[in-house]
Amino acid sequence: MIFQPFKTLMFGFAFSPSLRENVYEATRLAQYFNAALIFVHVGQKTPIKQVEFQRLLDECSPNQDQIQIYWKEGDPITTLARASKEFDVDLLLLGALKRENVVKYYLGSIARKLTRKAPCSVLLMLNPSVDRSPCKHIVVNGFDSPQTQETVEAAFYIGKALASDKITLVEEVSQSRVTVSVNDDRSLRKVTLRKEKIDREEKMRFIDIIKKIPDTITEGLKYETQSIFGRRGYSIGHYARVVRADLLVMNAKEEQRFFHRFFPSDLDHMLTEIPTDLLIIRSKTYG
Amino acid sequence: MAKKNPIGTFTKELPQNIFAGFVVSLIALPLGLGLAIASDAPPLSGIIAAVVGGIIMAIFGGSNVTIAGPGNGLVIVLLSAITTLGEGNLYEGYLLTLAAIILSGGLLFLFGVLRLGAMSEFFPASALQGMLAAIGIGILAKQFHVMLGLTSIPGGTVEQLLRIPDSLLLFLGIHPFAGVLGVASLLFLFLYSRIRNPYFHLIPAPMWVVVGSIGIGYYYTLILNKSVPIAPELLINIPNHLFSNLPHPNFDKLLDINFIGIVFSITLITVIESLLSIKAVDKLDPKKRRSNVNKDLRALGLASIVSGFLGGLNVVTVIARSSVNTNNGGTNRSANFFHAVFLVLFVVFLGDQIQRIPLTALAAILVFTGYKLSSPEALLRIYKIGPEQAFIFLITLFTTLFTSLIVGIAAGILFTFIVHLILRKSFFLFSLNIFKPNVLMYLEKQSGNYYVSVKNFSTFLNFFRLKNKLDQIPESEHVIVDFSLCDFVDHTVMEGLYDYKLSFKRKSGIFEIIGLDIHASETQHPFAVRKSLPINALIGLQKTLSNRQKNLEKLAEKLKWTYEPKIESDPEGIENFLFFESKTVNYSVNSLWNHQFNLFDLSFSEGAFITKEDLKATFLLFKSPKNLPVFVLDKEDFKTTLYQWAGFDDINFKKHPDFSKRFHLSGNDRKAIIKFFHSELIYFFESHPVFHIESNGTHLLIKGKDRLSSLQEIKIMLAFAKDLLALLEHSEYRII
Repeated sequence: MIFQPFKTLMFGFAFSPSLRENVYEATRLAQYFNAALIFVHVGQKTPIKQVEFQRLLDECSPNQDQIQIYWKEGDPITTLARASKEFDVDLLLLGALKRENVVKYYLGSIARKLTRKAPCSVLLMLNPSVDRSPCKHIVVNGFDSPQTQETVEAAFYIGKALASDKITLVEEVSQSRVTVSVNDDRSLRKVTLRKEKIDREEKMRFIDIIKKIPDTITEGLKYETQSIFGRRGYSIGHYARVVRADLLVMNAKEEQRFFHRFFPSDLDHMLTEIPTDLLIIRSKTYG
Repeated sequence: MAKKNPIGTFTKELPQNIFAGFVVSLIALPLGLGLAIASDAPPLSGIIAAVVGGIIMAIFGGSNVTIAGPGNGLVIVLLSAITTLGEGNLYEGYLLTLAAIILSGGLLFLFGVLRLGAMSEFFPASALQGMLAAIGIGILAKQFHVMLGLTSIPGGTVEQLLRIPDSLLLFLGIHPFAGVLGVASLLFLFLYSRIRNPYFHLIPAPMWVVVGSIGIGYYYTLILNKSVPIAPELLINIPNHLFSNLPHPNFDKLLDINFIGIVFSITLITVIESLLSIKAVDKLDPKKRRSNVNKDLRALGLASIVSGFLGGLNVVTVIARSSVNTNNGGTNRSANFFHAVFLVLFVVFLGDQIQRIPLTALAAILVFTGYKLSSPEALLRIYKIGPEQAFIFLITLFTTLFTSLIVGIAAGILFTFIVHLILRKSFFLFSLNIFKPNVLMYLEKQSGNYYVSVKNFSTFLNFFRLKNKLDQIPESEHVIVDFSLCDFVDHTVMEGLYDYKLSFKRKSGIFEIIGLDIHASETQHPFAVRKSLPINALIGLQKTLSNRQKNLEKLAEKLKWTYEPKIESDPEGIENFLFFESKTVNYSVNSLWNHQFNLFDLSFSEGAFITKEDLKATFLLFKSPKNLPVFVLDKEDFKTTLYQWAGFDDINFKKHPDFSKRFHLSGNDRKAIIKFFHSELIYFFESHPVFHIESNGTHLLIKGKDRLSSLQEIKIMLAFAKDLLALLEHSEYRII
């Protein structure tokens, strides 16, 4: 197994209305993963803030052996990015903001930039709550990419840790892979056959991926595969929303193409309308 | 299913395609001449376009039953090209326009290569309708005067429209005979579809006009021994040396901005008209094939280039002629080829007769075409979808009339977008999401259904994404399109989805739309814009029943059947009957049913555009107690005899010469049909009133007259069906 369990989590915080929920969620996750948790506050350190935060922490976590709090000043993005490197963080937790009146979420510009700059995996928490809401269904991407093995392993690891019911491996089949385009009945038949073939190939690939995961992790977890037709890296978010998944696990962004500098990239699209809690796995092996 | 032998099928269907090609050439001849004259080009240039189009499209085309030739939509563009480029000299303008046609052909070919067939999806439906209406008014305004014999009325479209009353007062004093002939031709065209004589309808209306006016000419010269009272300038003039002096396209103005604009206009209109036609004709294809749009565009480009070099207008896929083709049994591209062959024969052998066609009669055909393009019904139909659609339609219409086609369609697109902004009251929904791939499709594992989810918004701006996904689904599958994540769906998309629904239905797939329940719409029309804002639903007005409906209600009471006067826009159970293969069903109304029988009035259309005929007839549908072979039984008449010559099979029985003579029976499984029609059944048909009867394997469909049946006729139909059902229940026929 390539994936290394999360040992250190970090939560960067400021005093926002949803701080309480976020702290509950973060401590709960640390407990599930049996990991250390680092809180980093960016901004001025005042005694009042310090007392307030300590009180909040006492409220939700009786055992604080594995919890550390740091107070830093400076630009939030560079500070947090540097801190995650400094403390060798495995997973950075970020809270998303809920858009008013609309059931859509978006990331503040800080969180969005951090998602790209952080040297570790990032979890975007959509609706943190004081009481635990179960994570029943995890959707994970199955792109044909070297990073995928690790991402799928992470999804299974989390599924086990959070006692999920089901994991769906999703492969997005892009038009370029089908190679034939539909013009008339004949090409349509060709395309349909080709898609069926791709679907079979994908299933084989998924089976290979899952074979490499130790049985101790996969046992008791239901999983299935699904090919979807849409834009890679984006339509999977749409899918997660349609099937009402609780967590979406994705590869960190791959190479930045030149084209993307002119058009908003898929990940950006995704970050403007996050469908569910989103975990982006940044591979330490493939960086 | 046995594998079909394509060459065998082709030869077997060749006679009927030759026949269809012949009938098409009958309408293509007057239209070709008329459209060329209306564009101020030499009359033969239209025929050249049709001949070149027919031949090249038959070889290289990607659609199956379409017919190519000069198009209505192009008349306005070509007319303004010829008059403006020539700066007064029409022939010079024609040569320059040929160059523009050739370049536009090249552009069109490029469009096909780059697979830009989807481009037409970016035009909002109502704006397109508005543009077509403006073209229609343009044709009508100019040709109305020509129809009255006044060929030189100057001015733009609006001015010409305003001069129509003057011309009506004037024309009797100038060219009384030709003018009256023109008006009479127009009246005939309007009344043609009212005359329900099948023999009469074998020849398309425009050909009747031409034949009639030539006949009057001959009547004067041969019988009255007088010259025709039509001035020579009102007759068609064909040069004597047809092939010796081809015109040479003039490429002098290549860099002229006006010239470049014309090239783009021609290309744009060609693409729009052709794609609309291909889409519409695919719904009439008896073999339910899907056309290769991009291949067709390439072939059209090639055809336009060749046509331009030979002095012809540019080549477009045309709807009216294509629908005549399907109605007369055209099944493959060879019909297009034969239509070209017959046109050549006409011009070579009937050149003298063609020169006797009065311009006023041709103008009448064009006025009718223009009227059909811009008829008030089109506006009314759009108004029913929503007042904002009528607004878009009118804006496009008037901008096109007062400026040009390109400006007009641009205004239409802009206003559609503004209307969407106003309706949705949010700019961000559109601006934030325009570049996002908003459509997700996957095959649901458990049910095997295709599931398509659309989010954010779906309008003409991004319909191509949805179309792209839907096109990848075979029409025989089950599709669910879910709009519950979508906040706004516009008229263009609703109408486009309806087209999909029809094509899925034709191939017995299922196309379902869900998630629109929470969306509000302004009207109850199925194509109305949907937005996810709650407004109070409108209360439908209940119309009072007509006398016939009241009688039907009484009949239902007496029979203890159920009667429902409501209009059903999507009648079920009839799509797989052969009768509806090249017809479009509009709606059913007045259904009367019990557990076995279902009687209903059905409105359906035959043909399209100027050859379109809306028909209503009463049908009776019931389930057969046993499985049946698929067959069609009809009265043997002149038309079916003619079809027989054209290669349609008639199954005859040696033992029952009387039956074979009176009835036309056809179907693919000859053996099973012969076995099924045993003596008892044949005696039954011989001794009962004659109906058009069809079987689709499980159900029988009985059609009354070519009009709605009266109450008395309905009773006869019911009695007939009951007797037939009883006979089938007791007969020993069994199919394995």
